[in-house]
Amino acid sequence: MTDTTNEPTTIIHRSANAHEAQEIDDIVAMADPTAASADAAAPRVEQESRWKTLSRAFRTAPLTAWFGMITIAIYIIVALFAPLFAPFGEREIIGAQFEEPNATYMLGTDNLGRDMLSRLIYAARNTVGIALLTTFISFMLGGFLGMLAATFGGWVDQILSRIIDVLMSIPSLIFALLALTVANTWIGRMDNPSPWLYTAALIVIMAVLDSTRVFRLTRAVAMNIVVMDYVEAARLRGEGLWYIIRREILPNASAPLIAEFGLRFCFVFLTISALSFLGLGVQPPTADWGSMVRDNATLISFGVAVPLYPAGAIALLTVAVNFVVDWMLHRSSGLKD
Amino acid sequence: MSDDILLKMRGVKIDGKTGDDWLPIIKGIDLDLRRGEVLGLIGESGAGKSTMGLAAMGYVRGGCRISGGSIEFDGMELTKAGEAKRRALRGKRIAYVAQSAAASFNPAHRLIDQYSEAPVQHSVMDKNAAQEDATDLYRRLQLPNPDEIGFRYPHQVSGGQLQRAMTAMAMSCRPDLIIFDEPTTALDVTTQIEVLAAIRNAVAQFGTAAIYITHDLAVVAQMADRIMVLRYGELVEEAPTRTMLSAPTQDYTKSLWAVRSFKATAKPKPAADAVPVVSLRNVDAAYGPVPVLHGVSFDIHKGRTVAVVGESGSGKSTAARVITGLLPPSSGEVLFNGQVLPPNFKRRSKDQLRQAQMIYQMADTALNPKQRIRDIIGRPVEFYLGLKGRARDERVRELLDLIEMEPDTFAHRYPGELSGGQKQRIGIARALAADPEFIICDEVTSALDQLVAEGILRLLDRLQGELDLAYMFITHDLATVRTIADEVVVMQHGKVVEQGPKVEMFTPPHHSYTDLLLSSVPEMDPDWLTNLLDERIREGKPLSTEDA
Repeated sequence: MTDTTNEPTTIIHRSANAHEAQEIDDIVAMADPTAASADAAAPRVEQESRWKTLSRAFRTAPLTAWFGMITIAIYIIVALFAPLFAPFGEREIIGAQFEEPNATYMLGTDNLGRDMLSRLIYAARNTVGIALLTTFISFMLGGFLGMLAATFGGWVDQILSRIIDVLMSIPSLIFALLALTVANTWIGRMDNPSPWLYTAALIVIMAVLDSTRVFRLTRAVAMNIVVMDYVEAARLRGEGLWYIIRREILPNASAPLIAEFGLRFCFVFLTISALSFLGLGVQPPTADWGSMVRDNATLISFGVAVPLYPAGAIALLTVAVNFVVDWMLHRSSGLKD
Repeated sequence: MSDDILLKMRGVKIDGKTGDDWLPIIKGIDLDLRRGEVLGLIGESGAGKSTMGLAAMGYVRGGCRISGGSIEFDGMELTKAGEAKRRALRGKRIAYVAQSAAASFNPAHRLIDQYSEAPVQHSVMDKNAAQEDATDLYRRLQLPNPDEIGFRYPHQVSGGQLQRAMTAMAMSCRPDLIIFDEPTTALDVTTQIEVLAAIRNAVAQFGTAAIYITHDLAVVAQMADRIMVLRYGELVEEAPTRTMLSAPTQDYTKSLWAVRSFKATAKPKPAADAVPVVSLRNVDAAYGPVPVLHGVSFDIHKGRTVAVVGESGSGKSTAARVITGLLPPSSGEVLFNGQVLPPNFKRRSKDQLRQAQMIYQMADTALNPKQRIRDIIGRPVEFYLGLKGRARDERVRELLDLIEMEPDTFAHRYPGELSGGQKQRIGIARALAADPEFIICDEVTSALDQLVAEGILRLLDRLQGELDLAYMFITHDLATVRTIADEVVVMQHGKVVEQGPKVEMFTPPHHSYTDLLLSSVPEMDPDWLTNLLDERIREGKPLSTEDA
């Protein structure tokens, strides 16, 4: 479960395992002596509700998955109720620069004399919120286009795939830096630009760049589903594209896509932190873990651990999400549901 | 007597794991096999035949375990032997031939290299000797160009040849026991003959003992000295082949024997001036540059069943794709009740689409695993007939009743919670939901056990009577044709070679291809294969179309 090295293979083997499981299931079902005739024999005598399956999944979840889920829950609560937890305001200057941790400022103050703990708590809101929104948009965009490419095939697929290839041929961090520089310059030229514009630009650029990976995965997964007879049956029925994508393809592609959502969230989250560290991500004075590391980086040379707290927050969330994703991948590979 | 017993299995129990529980798959079966004897294992899918066959090698599939009993091979207890010891036996003294040779060969290596792998590994012979031996065996198994065929890759030879090459490979170490797991199930009848003949010769020549697993009684009658019937992991009956065929004692065995007795109700001939529901006129079709259909014409009348038969690759499924509009023909046209249908299904009206429905071969892939039964059947009801809410649910219940499935039990289930036959019934219900006039049945029974398949055929026949449906029944199984068809269309290489009412088709004189097809269907007579081969050799006919 904790073995992250076999992640890519998990997806590939998924169908093979599911088939094997089904086979054994069939054997067991047919071996039931209470069944009157072979045809009347239903594979499962007792029906399990979805809720029951889910609760069993939680009961059998490994320790790592529990750790991940609890950690994520704490992050969410902290982010949602940041004003309740934070002793001071996000942008409030309340002390001298770089004060040592003491009773009032539990983690000390930063380079401008703002409370480190409060900023750390508010940053959970900003960084996680932005990363979540970005991943969400990138899945909407990449997922939709990927399914479109797989369902239509032909020249639609060709054009979309080549555009994606071009986007992917440029290293994404460099591309992001370039695009952000251009966008920020544009916004800077406006009269009285809203600070939210910078964040919006960051979200859109990251979402578009990240959607290329989502496109690739969705297209591959959907390709395998499109060739199924039930999709052909729906087409012959005269169903529209939207119905086929929504009702026939999406439910069957959801397991790998949800797992991928977790992974992509981590990547987006790390990239945004990296961009913030480089000064192009979340713009000050908004609190953000990446920029907090950079702002206080000088302290490292004095042997003070303060810049490591935001870095630790980033690391912990990444690890937690990965634990949960691993567990979900494992489940979707082993069980049919 | 006891000395020549090669394999002795006593009270073998095997469990399979589902969720957290172990459920029994094999519930204590005894099996004895003498040297040089061929034992037939028959039963429906899930009866435990394959599991039993694998257990004879001391092997169980992943997720299974041997929970009791003993397996003694030539005096050696396999359940207690270590993995290394058992591995030394496999391939050398016990060999296994799987159902799909295409899936069992490594596509990246030549046949002869794969042949020599086992003898070299078990140090029976060196590579050169193994290759010479391979050529010799290929010759004995009557493969064409035995000197050269081994140097081909698996995709360069046909299915029947591949299955024979697989048998040759199993014989490479001259094992004492070979397990054949449905080796001809995936093959056409005409190809099946040559594989059966080859296996029988090879086994007889080397005095190899064999376990022959199949669900086809007629096939096992040709191959086995003795037959064991399994059901639900238990032994139903065991007897020498001739006794078993002539005088089965158990009810279950009798029901298996009686399966082929069902005959669909005969329908009156259509009036001479009746407009056919579906009519193909000189249809040519091609996949890209490859032509598949050449001037195909036939009519399907209201309330009648037209069976389209032929080997795989004969173009029968392609004809169905032309009718449905998935493959627009390159010339010719499809008429529906006298009206020309647009060639591409995208240009057909909703009503034209509704009139012609399709039932697929593999119910597993034909039903969306993430939709409940009521949605699978309810969608066409809603889509075509505009019924919503309560009216829709009511119609779904009616349809489930129609296919003899209890609505309260099944409406909320997912396809994964149904058996193979039940899934196929849902496929039928989905087609009926559109209230069509014409249904294409594409090999609907070929993936099912005989008893289950018979139930489906009975259902289709009843529905035809009640709803006056026209069927186009695509199949390669002539027993099914005999059962259900009113008219028969025989196809070969994309052409219709013969067509007419069933009675005429099954009485001579036949077109030579129809004759070959008809005479290749195994019969329950244990001497059938011997007689047929003698006759074909006497008359100088080819064994099959494949090598010709």
